[in-house]
Order: sequence, then structure tokens, then C-alpha cells
Amino acid sequence: MRRWLEIQRHYLDFTLSSLLRRKRKNGALLAVYTLVIFMVASVLFFTHAIRNEAESILQEAPEMIVQRTVAGRHDLVPLYYAEAIETIQGVRSVKPRLWGYYYHPASRSNYTIMVPDDFPYEDGMIEVGQGVVRTWGTVKDDQLYLRTYDGEVLILTIAGIIATSTELVSSDLILTSEPTFRKLTGIAEGFATDLGVEISNLKECSTIAQKIVTRLPDSRPILKEEILRTYAALFDWRSGYIIVMLAGAVLAFFIFAWDKATGLSAEEKTEIGILKALGWDTSDILLMKFWEGTAISLTAFLLGVIGAYLHVFFASAPLFEHALKGWAVLYPKFNLNPTVNIYTLANLFFLTVLPYTLVTMIPSWKVSVTDPDTVMR
Amino acid sequence: MSPRFFGFIPFRWISAVIQLFKITKTYNQGRPNEFTALKGIDLNVDGDRITVFKGPSGSGKTTLLSIVGCMARPTSGRIKLAGQEITSLPERFLAENRRKTFGFVFQNHNLIKGLTVLENTMIPAYPTGEKHRLIKERAKDILRKFQLDAKALQRVELLSGGEQQRAAIVRALINDPPILIADEPTAHLDTELAREFMEIISELKKEGKTVLIASHDPLVHESPFVDRVVALRDGLIVD
Repeated sequence: MRRWLEIQRHYLDFTLSSLLRRKRKNGALLAVYTLVIFMVASVLFFTHAIRNEAESILQEAPEMIVQRTVAGRHDLVPLYYAEAIETIQGVRSVKPRLWGYYYHPASRSNYTIMVPDDFPYEDGMIEVGQGVVRTWGTVKDDQLYLRTYDGEVLILTIAGIIATSTELVSSDLILTSEPTFRKLTGIAEGFATDLGVEISNLKECSTIAQKIVTRLPDSRPILKEEILRTYAALFDWRSGYIIVMLAGAVLAFFIFAWDKATGLSAEEKTEIGILKALGWDTSDILLMKFWEGTAISLTAFLLGVIGAYLHVFFASAPLFEHALKGWAVLYPKFNLNPTVNIYTLANLFFLTVLPYTLVTMIPSWKVSVTDPDTVMR
Repeated sequence: MSPRFFGFIPFRWISAVIQLFKITKTYNQGRPNEFTALKGIDLNVDGDRITVFKGPSGSGKTTLLSIVGCMARPTSGRIKLAGQEITSLPERFLAENRRKTFGFVFQNHNLIKGLTVLENTMIPAYPTGEKHRLIKERAKDILRKFQLDAKALQRVELLSGGEQQRAAIVRALINDPPILIADEPTAHLDTELAREFMEIISELKKEGKTVLIASHDPLVHESPFVDRVVALRDGLIVD
């Protein structure tokens, strides 16, 4: 074992000395390789982290949301629907929810306006996300000027800012009391936007959803897992879109790498011949080339992944954020919680480090199986 | 110098360390450019001697050295090294022979550019798995012996022709092989350096090395240190 380790050390030592001899070629290769891994890893980190963020926020959401549709479109739900649903066996509680969107012409942004379960402030007060303060425009004496559904001016006072850790969803959020919400939106008493349904046994979700539709045919139950799936699809779609955009760069890299790695120069071929003549056998040459490929690809992988980690989790992914984050017009600015999916990282490793290493070994193998006496001539 | 072992047989107890039986070597067999470099060579090479293969260009000297040094396989015939048949050994064993039994000094030195003298001289010892520190110490010792210790950390391409050749000799000796093979070693050296080379070789012979040289340089085959001269022409031994 010690002998084996010593041999690996010799080859690694030789490889590093060899690589340093061709600084320009290997430096260029390393730079491009690192850049490609950096970009792909950034997208993967970002997508995973943003999905995680959304999932962790939805943990607290009700198991099921019941909407009402009229002519296939979302409509307000009468509160007696809640009473009807509550009688279904397995339903723990039903909470009417009030929420909607407010378009502010000055900032040309849509904001989400909601009534939380326990709003601690008085009527006329609001709690807002960071993005609202940043994008609203003129905010004087902590007051926002809004227009109600019938054109009246409604002045609301900012009582608090929503915590940053939930900024993905809360950035464009305005929380207020029920009377203020109804005054702003014109939603009459006795109606809610939708109903949040808590269920005792999660396995019964779909059965209960069926019962709700049977009892209230114009209702539309939406399960939490469906929302999670939608989020996943949305972010996967966005990351796929970015990856497609990067495909050109990745392809260019592979052509570049293929050319650099497979095209052994006359000098490299002679060197392999010399090594063979000096007593290295084919497996020694392949081992040395393995270390050469590994040294470049592993360095590029580590640099690219570390760079991507810093880019996504410390710099908020400035290169991709508009393509990946944006909800409507408002781009929330927030730092993602650093989470890395080891499985994704392993995939990236096996799709980059291994192929490159193999690609560098194949041409060397072709040369190293020939008789070493060619170097004598 | 302790006797060197090949298998279980000490080299110094065998008079003919290398035996060739009807060796032929044909390149590009079956193609229009087919060429037979050796045509049935029978030869015994004694141990602890300096043997020179002389002959004009294309006479088969280098091919013969390649076959003896396990760098190429003969097209037909048999080779015995210290009494053991090596003709059809797998590549792995031939590589082991090249590493342990032979030290090579090539016509163009074949040092690897960009690496230091020290790194170049250590290369043949890497596959042995010996401790890095020990290989390095041994390389430094031999470099000192050949007055190259001051140049150990210099890149090989910055050395003079004579220094490059001495570096190549150091590399050939790093695994302390019993047989040294040199192909046209004086081709790029002036008279003084060529004489210096022959003196080095005679010293190595005194240390118990068997030396095989291919050369058409009279400074080599007429040197008083040489024990035997084998003349080749058109792939045959002529005297």
C-alpha cells in the first residue's frame, strides 16, 4: 500500500511539473473549464436554493386551498363555503383568506396585499416587505398613498418591515387588517379570496378534495404538494432556460477541451516514448495521464464550484438573478440561504471531471501501446 | 560492487549475459515500404565488458540495441538475458527489464525539456515506488559524481551538449542497472567530450557494468577501453 501511495505521489509530482511547463496552454484550458463549471454550478445552486426557500416557506401554508371558479375563472368565495367544508370528516379547520394584488402605476409594479391571521396593528396600518419600500417611490413619514377600488385615496402607515429571511415571497408583500383590505379592494363582507383548509391526515387530502368538489361543484381545491410542484416546475424551467443559453458555451468548451486534450503534440508523443524507453509501462503512462486530467479537471471543478457558491450565496447571483428570480416586474433582492444538493454536485462532478480525465487518457493510451524504440530513431 | 541479480542468477556469474539466436527484425511488414533491418543475428554478449556495434548508417546497430534493450520485439528469433528467455515476455515485464536491467543513453539524449536536471534523472525510478526522498538523494549523489550537482535545479535545455549527455548518463544509472546501452553517444560531441565520455564508460565498466554501444565514430570503436567490436552491415554481422 505504501509503495502504491509512493508511486501515485511520484506520478502526481511529475504531472504537476509537466503541467507547469505548458503554462499558457494549461492555464487557458483551466480558465475556460473553470468558467463553464462556474456557470453551470451557479445555475444549479441557485435553482436548488430558491426552490428550497420556497418549500420552506410553504411548510407553514395550509394543506389545501379551496378557490371558487365562475366560468372557469377564479372568483370570491362566500364564507358559508367554509362552514360546508368544515363538516367534511377529516378536515381540522377552515380559514377564509383575504389577499390580492395591487398595481402601483408610479413604480409600475404589482404588489401582493394580504390579511394575515393575526395582524397586530390597527386599521390603516401596514407591514411591508423590503422590496415595497425600495420600489414604491415616494414614501413620506412612513406613509404610502394608495387608491381604493373606487378611486379614493387611501393613506396607509408603515408599522413594520417583514423579516429578510423570508424575502423571496415577502419582498413584494403588503400585510394589513381585514377592514383596511376590504376598504381598499371592495371585497364585501361575507366573501373571502379563498379558503385555507387544514387536514388531520395528509393521506386523505385527495379524498377530501373530491368530497369538496362533490359538495361544492364550483370549488377548486389546490393541494400544497401541487403548489410545490408548480414552484419546482417554474424554477426548473427557468434553470433549463439558462442552461440552454449556456449550452453554446459548454459546447465550445468541449470542442476546445477535446482539441487540447486529445491532440497530442509531437513533443508529447516523443515524451511518452522516452518514458516508455526509460522503463515506464503503458499503465504507468495512463496513470500519469490520469493524474494530469484529474489535476486540471478537479482544480477547475473546485474553483468553479467555490466561485459559484460565492456568486450565488454571497453576491446574490448578479449574473442570472433577473432571469431566475423575477416575479412580474418586481425583482426581489435577497440573499439565499446557502444550501447545496450533494446529489446535484456529484452529478456535475461525474459529468465534467470524469469525461475530461478519460478524454485525456485515450490518445495517450494509443501512443503508449506502441514500441518505445521509435524514440531511438 | 555487489553482483546484480536477474531472476535468481547473479549477472557476474554468467559469461554471456545476452544471447541472440537468429534474430530478424522487419519493419512495416506486408506494406510496400517493408524493410528488414536485421537478418538472422546470432550473438553472445559477455558481462562486465564494453561491446561496440559499429557499422554505417542503416546497418542495423540501433535496431539491435532496441531489441537487446527490450524496446522492440524481434520479428523472429530468440533472446536470452542472463540465461532467461525474454523474447515473448508481456509488455509489463519488458518495461520492468528496461527499468531494472538497462540504463539508456540516447543519441539525442532525450531529456525532457522544461524539467530540471534533477527531475529528469529521477524519472526511471518513479515506477519502482521507492521513497521520493531516497530517489532524490541518490540522484543528487550521482549528479555530484558527474559534477552536475550545481546544475541540478537548472532546466535541461539550458545545459551544454556535454552536460546534457552527462545528465542522460546519470538518468541511465539512477536504478543502478547492470547493463548500460548507448546509441551513437558521441554523435553530438566534440573530440574532447567524446574522449571524456569514453573515460566515464570505462569507469562504469570498472564498477561492474556491462556496456553496449552503437557507434560509427572511430573515437568510440577504436578506444582502448573497448573490449569487443561487432561490425554490422545490411543487417548482418560481418566480422
